[in-house]
Amino acid sequence: MSPTVFFVAIVSSMLVNNIVLLRFLGICPFLGVSKRSETAVGMSAAVMFVMVVSSVLTYLIYYYILEPFEIPYISTIAFILVIASLVQLVEMFIKKISKKLYKSLGIYLPLIVTNCAIIGIAETNVREGYATEYGVLPGLGVATVSALGAALGFALVIFAFSTIRERLEAADVPPAWKGIPISLVIAGIMALAFLGLEGLV
Amino acid sequence: MAKPKKDPGLLAVFTKGIIKENPVFVALLGLCPALAVTSSLETGLGMGVLVVFVLTLSNIVVSLIRRLIPEEIMIPSYIIVIATFVTIVEMLTEAFAPALFDSLGIFIPLIVANCLIMSRAVAYASENNVGRSAIDGLGMAVGFGLALGLIGLTREFLATGAIAYGVFIPLPVEGAILGFDIAPLNMEVFVGPAGGFIVIGVWLAVFNAIGLYKSRKRKEAWDRWVEKKKREKAEKKKQKAMESAGGSA
Repeated sequence: MSPTVFFVAIVSSMLVNNIVLLRFLGICPFLGVSKRSETAVGMSAAVMFVMVVSSVLTYLIYYYILEPFEIPYISTIAFILVIASLVQLVEMFIKKISKKLYKSLGIYLPLIVTNCAIIGIAETNVREGYATEYGVLPGLGVATVSALGAALGFALVIFAFSTIRERLEAADVPPAWKGIPISLVIAGIMALAFLGLEGLV
Repeated sequence: MAKPKKDPGLLAVFTKGIIKENPVFVALLGLCPALAVTSSLETGLGMGVLVVFVLTLSNIVVSLIRRLIPEEIMIPSYIIVIATFVTIVEMLTEAFAPALFDSLGIFIPLIVANCLIMSRAVAYASENNVGRSAIDGLGMAVGFGLALGLIGLTREFLATGAIAYGVFIPLPVEGAILGFDIAPLNMEVFVGPAGGFIVIGVWLAVFNAIGLYKSRKRKEAWDRWVEKKKREKAEKKKQKAMESAGGSA
């Protein structure tokens, strides 16, 4: 396995298969916390952290617990439980070590449980079959890197979108289009732009 | 006119999810599947059917256990209930509608993270009795399914000029209606991701415009109604005065 695999994985999950615009995961935070760029950055940081840690954990649980016991069909229940408790744990941990970090990040953490991007990436890692392609442990590396790429893609898009929305507030939009409708059309145009990256890797 | 605000009838509980509090177009819940699986009418409706099952059943169970669950572990417990039903529905779909299972793909397990289901569990089922919760779940899910169907219909028609049936949902017949052979006018972009965002944005704007128009009309109607009541009251008073005058005479 060459290092280019990792490079391809990160570019592919960040740009070519962008998680928000092309795979439709994490639309709720994409629309919900993108009004200000500071909140967008905070949310992206929280998502990045939880996404990488949870994809490592769910990958290990899938291949070392669910597969040997032949119960992969309960993966949905197991994954969501892992994510929910991980989020709780991270929240408590951050609260303990840094009050400042908790203040800037803590409010986004409970929202992450219902962020389908997190469980979506956990499921994708298993479905893509990295383990059968590269072996279980090297596959974990690829899965982690692509989770990181997905989180970076989320951060990139949500930050760009929030800056657009900040400028949009000053624009004179017809009343029926104000707020979410015009934002969705803008997201559509952004998705069109990202389609241009198809075939990059 | 002035219905009591508290304790609405079961029918009202059911219908509010379809129009007044439509999950997709009003509450903006569950937009991920609304974008991802609506490239055709059937996949949208298929997802709606799955959500009807999951949301109704999870609302019933959450309502049954609502007094047993302490508040601190409310969300984890509810999510387990939801995940269980999602797993059941996933297996049933794989067995009975394999084409739908393949086309929905990862979005079947992701029903678990659908904010619509969690929000109904927390906001409604944890505070209401079983019957009401079931009806509320059913209404909300039907509203969700109809919204997805509408988006799917728009996208499929714009992209292919026809509405296919019997492809993903196992029906005894298969074919297409509204088949216009206008290949140069088919806009394939609408099956793609960009089309999803734009179609939902446009529908939202349309419903917003209707809402704005209706609230203006309602205000006018309300003003007229107040005027009418005032007139009626005055007339009644007059009549009464006349009657009492007649009685005394």
